[in-house]
Amino acid sequence: MSDITVGPALDLNGLERRYGERVALSGVTIRLEPGRTLAVFGANGAGKTTLLRVLAGLLRPHAGTVRVLGCDLPGETWKVRGRIGYLGHDPLLYRELTGRENLTYQSRLYDLEPERVEEALAAVGLERRANEPVRDLSKGMVQRLAAARATLHDPALLLLDEPRANLDPAAAERLEPLIGRDSGRARVLVTHDVDGGLAEADLAVGLRGGRQAFAIAAAELDGSRARELYA
Amino acid sequence: MIRAASAILRKDLTIELRTKESVPAMTLFSVTVYVLFHFGLDRDTLDGELASGVLWVTLLLATVIGVSRLFAAEREQGGIDALLLAPVDRTALFVAKAVALFLYLVLLEVVAVPVFGLLLLGPDLFAAFPELLAILVLADIGLAAVGALVAALAVETRARELIVPLLLLPLVVPLLIGAASASEPLLREGAEPEDLGRFLVLLGGYDLVFGLIALAVFDFLLDD
Repeated sequence: MSDITVGPALDLNGLERRYGERVALSGVTIRLEPGRTLAVFGANGAGKTTLLRVLAGLLRPHAGTVRVLGCDLPGETWKVRGRIGYLGHDPLLYRELTGRENLTYQSRLYDLEPERVEEALAAVGLERRANEPVRDLSKGMVQRLAAARATLHDPALLLLDEPRANLDPAAAERLEPLIGRDSGRARVLVTHDVDGGLAEADLAVGLRGGRQAFAIAAAELDGSRARELYA
Repeated sequence: MIRAASAILRKDLTIELRTKESVPAMTLFSVTVYVLFHFGLDRDTLDGELASGVLWVTLLLATVIGVSRLFAAEREQGGIDALLLAPVDRTALFVAKAVALFLYLVLLEVVAVPVFGLLLLGPDLFAAFPELLAILVLADIGLAAVGALVAALAVETRARELIVPLLLLPLVVPLLIGAASASEPLLREGAEPEDLGRFLVLLGGYDLVFGLIALAVFDFLLDD
């Protein structure tokens, strides 16, 4: 894994992000050690996806400090590019290209060896469908391919937004070594599955209306407190 | 940078080959406009200033279609995020998009210019070569640079169909003046290039200035 981080994988202090006048995130303070998992809970519109996009360097923070893999954002965003894997609602795959072509394209952007593409396809069990356009694949297969894309470059930090959506149990099991707890990567996991999220997290953060409702060790969090966010 | 630019370019050309969304639309538009001029002007043939103006304005309007579609795959399939996450110099993205647009324009002109010669031009089109070819190439370079810049500017906006022509067309007025003025003597009976060198320098200068401006500001356009 390409983790050369010294210190925490994430260190956020008073993060704030607005869209115009609307505050999407405010006062978010989190510290996550390398190899650990942060579960983020919150109702729709609570700011979970905004948080992931700020951590990915796709959105600028408007206040507070954001340190990802030892780099200050937004000033050192260029340093963390290539060390983050992002698996969100959008698979970030071109529908007209085949699975193999999509991964080959990504491998060229990341300057990876061509063999990585075949390894990634094998890891998600899509070798036999790799020459079909993405538009012809089922949603579950697209999600598997998206997981291969997100982990192709062996990132140190994974940003996961409902990563098991559309996956059957066998497919979810197959992706565990890539995106699961045993992947050894630091992970930020956005999920509405409170019990599942707490089971695989070390730290849990709750967001309500963009504000941090709690940030606590997952083992100490009562699931009902997280479920209150959705009430 | 070259590695990333060639990867993006190859991806764009593969998608265009499969979807056939940009070049055929640009070409069909141009041919249709030439047919409309053929009937609308109620003249059998054009030459000189009028021919040059019709040729270039039509090509510029067809360019608007190409520019509007230049980031379509990224916009519609989220590829822009994948690009921004990758350790890729954004200049590579600009170069790839500009080269793709240049190739689309060349393909457009391979069809549209002969059709223009056939439907509208009085004098022999081939008498205008190779000078017209040099004008087309220089104009295409400028259009590709400015087009890629405008396309990036519009990619995240909701009213991109309005923004692309409103930004692009004023920016290419100097290029239109240079290209039309340089072409006009070539599209007359007994074609003879007049002041061709001066206009080629103008077009080359436009390409250089706008190419450098586009390179300098492109990075900021994709910032949040």
